[in-house]
Amino acid sequence: MYQYDTIDKAMLADRSAEFRGQVARRLAGELTEDQFKPLRLMNGLYLQLHAYMLRVAIPYGSLNPAQLRKLAWIGRTYDKGYGHFTTRTNLQFHWIKLADAPDILDHLASVDMHAIQTSGNCIRNTTTDPYAGATAEEVDDPRVWAEAIRQWSTFHPEFSFLPRKFKIAITAAPKDRTAARVHDIGLVLKRARDGALGFEVIVGGGMGRTPYVGPTIKEFLPVNRLLSYLEAILRVYNRHGRRDNIYKARIKILVAALGKDEFARQVEAEWTKIGDAPDLPDTELARIRGAFAQTAFATLPAQSEAFEAAKAANPAFARFVRNNVKPHKKAGYGIVEISLKGIGDTPGDATSEQMEAVADLAEQYGLSDIRVTHEQNLVLPHVKLDDVPAVWAGLKAAGIATPNINLVSDIIACPGLDYCALANARAIPIAQQIAGKFSDEDRAEAVGELKIKISGCINACGHHHVGHIGILGVDKKGEEFYQLTLGGSGAEDAAVGSMLGPALPYDKVADAVDTLVDVYLRERQAGERFLDTFRRTGVTPFKEAVYADAH
Amino acid sequence: MPTLIELKDGVCRALDDPFTHVADDEALPPGDVIISLNRFQAEGDALLSEGRRVGVKLEADEEVEALAYDLPRLAVVGLVALNFPKYRDGRAYTNARLLRERFKFGGQVRAVGDVLREQAHLMVRVGFDAFEPADDASANEWQAAVRRYRHVYQRSADGREPAFVEREG
Repeated sequence: MYQYDTIDKAMLADRSAEFRGQVARRLAGELTEDQFKPLRLMNGLYLQLHAYMLRVAIPYGSLNPAQLRKLAWIGRTYDKGYGHFTTRTNLQFHWIKLADAPDILDHLASVDMHAIQTSGNCIRNTTTDPYAGATAEEVDDPRVWAEAIRQWSTFHPEFSFLPRKFKIAITAAPKDRTAARVHDIGLVLKRARDGALGFEVIVGGGMGRTPYVGPTIKEFLPVNRLLSYLEAILRVYNRHGRRDNIYKARIKILVAALGKDEFARQVEAEWTKIGDAPDLPDTELARIRGAFAQTAFATLPAQSEAFEAAKAANPAFARFVRNNVKPHKKAGYGIVEISLKGIGDTPGDATSEQMEAVADLAEQYGLSDIRVTHEQNLVLPHVKLDDVPAVWAGLKAAGIATPNINLVSDIIACPGLDYCALANARAIPIAQQIAGKFSDEDRAEAVGELKIKISGCINACGHHHVGHIGILGVDKKGEEFYQLTLGGSGAEDAAVGSMLGPALPYDKVADAVDTLVDVYLRERQAGERFLDTFRRTGVTPFKEAVYADAH
Repeated sequence: MPTLIELKDGVCRALDDPFTHVADDEALPPGDVIISLNRFQAEGDALLSEGRRVGVKLEADEEVEALAYDLPRLAVVGLVALNFPKYRDGRAYTNARLLRERFKFGGQVRAVGDVLREQAHLMVRVGFDAFEPADDASANEWQAAVRRYRHVYQRSADGREPAFVEREG
């Protein structure tokens, strides 16, 4: 993992000192809330329905055990004993007092963490594949480039006041676990026939009110020209993106208005003028690359007797392995996904005790490496198969061994009306009700991969547009209703879901999902996921069944 | 009249502003003036020939490329002022950086409008060297804001060594 050096640490210390001064001025009455608001937002501090919310950055979703323990400690000391992992792979504390915020930032800085650029119209946390460095699918380690972008984008003097927030995702595997095509910029690392590395550059995807799957504007950008090319994209956007209407200010609107060819032409023209000055020298790239070089793998047989014996002896463990353990590039290792979607729990929440349990397991069995996924789960990317039974037992003791990765109850949900001032409707209880319908693990496994995503309002923080089943909370004359969409995907087969029919009342949503699953089970052909069946049959059988039930 | 803060050789100083902002529909007072791009294009030559200094104020939606031809003389007998209609309108940062990096403009680049000390360090990084603060910040406060960060991660118009160069020692 990347280790902060004295320069990286000084940046955080300077930031923390700056914010402490700003909070002191606010508490002394020298700043009004209006004047203070932009300053606190620059440090991830939002004022929500009940309290301040602090959003802590987890750059490219990568944590070490000391960092996760510190988050657990902050949750226990300053919050109500838990935190909420977000779709930007960050962590939110929802019950923060303003006067505590400077101390919290200092505690974060003590483990090289911060809340920089977790809010505001700047370049936000860059996300990447949670299996980076562990999966055999990747052509190179995408974290190298995520770290390069982290530094380049931090306090960027030209691009800190863009028309709107800006999100970048990087994947290096054909199976896209980052939703790259629905980001402001998606970067897909590829290897040319001659072995050279380059990025496919996708610009102008997004969700919110006007969802788009982003077009590719460059098929192959040599990796060492990444920063100058990003600078060209951001400059075109900074100058020409709309600033008159917050809902039309994302880059997707500019790309769609100009057309992808004209947008690409403008970027190319700007890139030519910029030259290669912003690009990192090879020495710096080598330094960053060295930080991610993984050398601690043992040489192991591909088969683990202890692992196989545990699977044979214990059906519950075997189920966990089937759903939560993924193939690793090294023989004898596995990637262990930790679901934060326990049945009846709030998606993405983890208690301080659970965070500490994961930190301990990572230290003991996982090469001290922990990842956060944009689907709001955690990953131990490097676990010996021999140790998976012990990891499972540890997770079970902590109440986070739910064997439902990618299954119907592995739901993305935004905080919704329970916390968020923008929401029209609750999201978390809907997720809990749906998960409750599928608490029978055999049935959930028989249904297979099914991605349900729930947003409490049109801002789409719950990514409903790209859910195989998407659920959007709407307000109808003061009552919560939910609009269902089907057929979306945020993966390599990205698509925006299409509307099922009229919105449903709060108490009908879980039943409707149950019905949709029944239709899928009836209609599916061998090997089809829910998404595949829907794409083959179209909406009709699903629509008929749901609205027949509703009346 | 707002205080003017100038940054020279790393030091911020408060000065009396020799320039007067003149709107398009106002009569021109004597002395040095800052006028809009439109007015400069119509009257700039005449004003300069009178021997006074002339600054051009670009709005956020005006691009510095429109001044390319005039920049050499503005560097000697004028300045470029870039307006922030709101502090969160970031277009002037691009204009400033291009003035310095692409057009090698050596004259004054002045920040006007909603200019706040919280953005001072970013403004300096893209090449601003004069400021009309909207928040009554003193030169000392401005100085502290400019010097807040000991390191920077990117190359920009201020010529500071980015972290990746510092690391090479």
